[in-house]
Amino acid sequence: MTAKLNLAPVVPGARIIGMGSYQPEKIVTNDDLAQRVDTNDQWIRERVGIVERRVAAEDELLVAMAAEAGRLAVKDSGLAPTDVDTVIVATCTMPFPIPNAAAQVADRIGVVAPGAFDLNAACAGFSYAMGTGADLIRAGSARNVLVIGAEKLTDWLDWDDRSTCIIFADGAGAAVLSAAPDAESVGVGPVAWGSAGDMHAAIEVRPHNNALAQEGQAVFRWATTKIAPVALRAIELAGLTPADIDVLVPHQANLRIVEAIAKKLRAKGAREDMVVADDIVHSGNTSSASIPLALDHMRATGRIESGDVALLVGFGAGLSYAGQVVVCP
Amino acid sequence: MADNAEILSGLAEIVEEVAGIDAGDVAAEKSFVDDLDIDSLSMVEIAVQAEDKFGVKIPDEQLAELKTVGDAVDYIAKNQ
Repeated sequence: MTAKLNLAPVVPGARIIGMGSYQPEKIVTNDDLAQRVDTNDQWIRERVGIVERRVAAEDELLVAMAAEAGRLAVKDSGLAPTDVDTVIVATCTMPFPIPNAAAQVADRIGVVAPGAFDLNAACAGFSYAMGTGADLIRAGSARNVLVIGAEKLTDWLDWDDRSTCIIFADGAGAAVLSAAPDAESVGVGPVAWGSAGDMHAAIEVRPHNNALAQEGQAVFRWATTKIAPVALRAIELAGLTPADIDVLVPHQANLRIVEAIAKKLRAKGAREDMVVADDIVHSGNTSSASIPLALDHMRATGRIESGDVALLVGFGAGLSYAGQVVVCP
Repeated sequence: MADNAEILSGLAEIVEEVAGIDAGDVAAEKSFVDDLDIDSLSMVEIAVQAEDKFGVKIPDEQLAELKTVGDAVDYIAKNQ
């Protein structure tokens, strides 16, 4: 037989209606790390810009951190947990591949029987998940999507490897996306995403010690040359110009990469007074959690106001990258 | 094709822009790390800009071999 299949009515797009974040209590300073490996506070500040980072307790689960960030985001949105119909957790550091994080996270916060899946695009994960969630809403497949970036990177570190243990940290950040009532209130622009699988070995977990290893110089070169064009593409897809961007929130990989991207965007017309996220200074590199953590912290401290136009751009292992323009809730 | 003097002055401008070191201090015999106090990440930024300016490729493995400003000038002169 031939069948004509019904599809959900398309809606104008998605917008962010709530945000939340969670960081473990334990603070690890550069001096703490210098007790263990051959490094020092000045070296770390100059090379990566980190002053301190948060590290989860041994028994503190990734899904618990993700759930707390998600719970706060739902509360901030004004929705009830039961209004959420889809949960996406961007993560690359679950202790085991099965089961996924998203279904457990939904259960922990009282979201009932949602579509729930994890997404691994490493440090680009939050922007990948925002793009996916917003498009699910636009297509009518979902109405309220909880997007979470959550990582327990310290489970995957060799604490004697000074090239990685000084950089990575733990935490979670979340946003609630909801259907925009009309075209004027759409608050998530089209995603500009891609990957470079030929460079997969530049950031990888090595089997001999199950620990993350990174080719620092190669990744630095890639991030400082290839990511600004992705950000510019995201601006173009949204129909804006660099001068329209109020806030730049790159993945908090390394403060010098963040500054290099900001410099390139300013050379293309971004404003000098554009606010640039520097959350890495006190949070470390939390992979997929870094963008929502930075956004939420900047909202809490008043550096971001409701209605501000923010450019998000994530990049990391894969290698993979993604960016989009959003309107801050 | 730039001659060695032109490469040196072009490279000195890049070093000044990236690392904030006076271009006048960037002489052929100076070591990037020991004399000019340039770290490995700034070296990458200098290499990327030198690639654009002089139309050469300076891979990371090669970059590690360029100890002095003169080494970099010679490499660029040979490979441009």
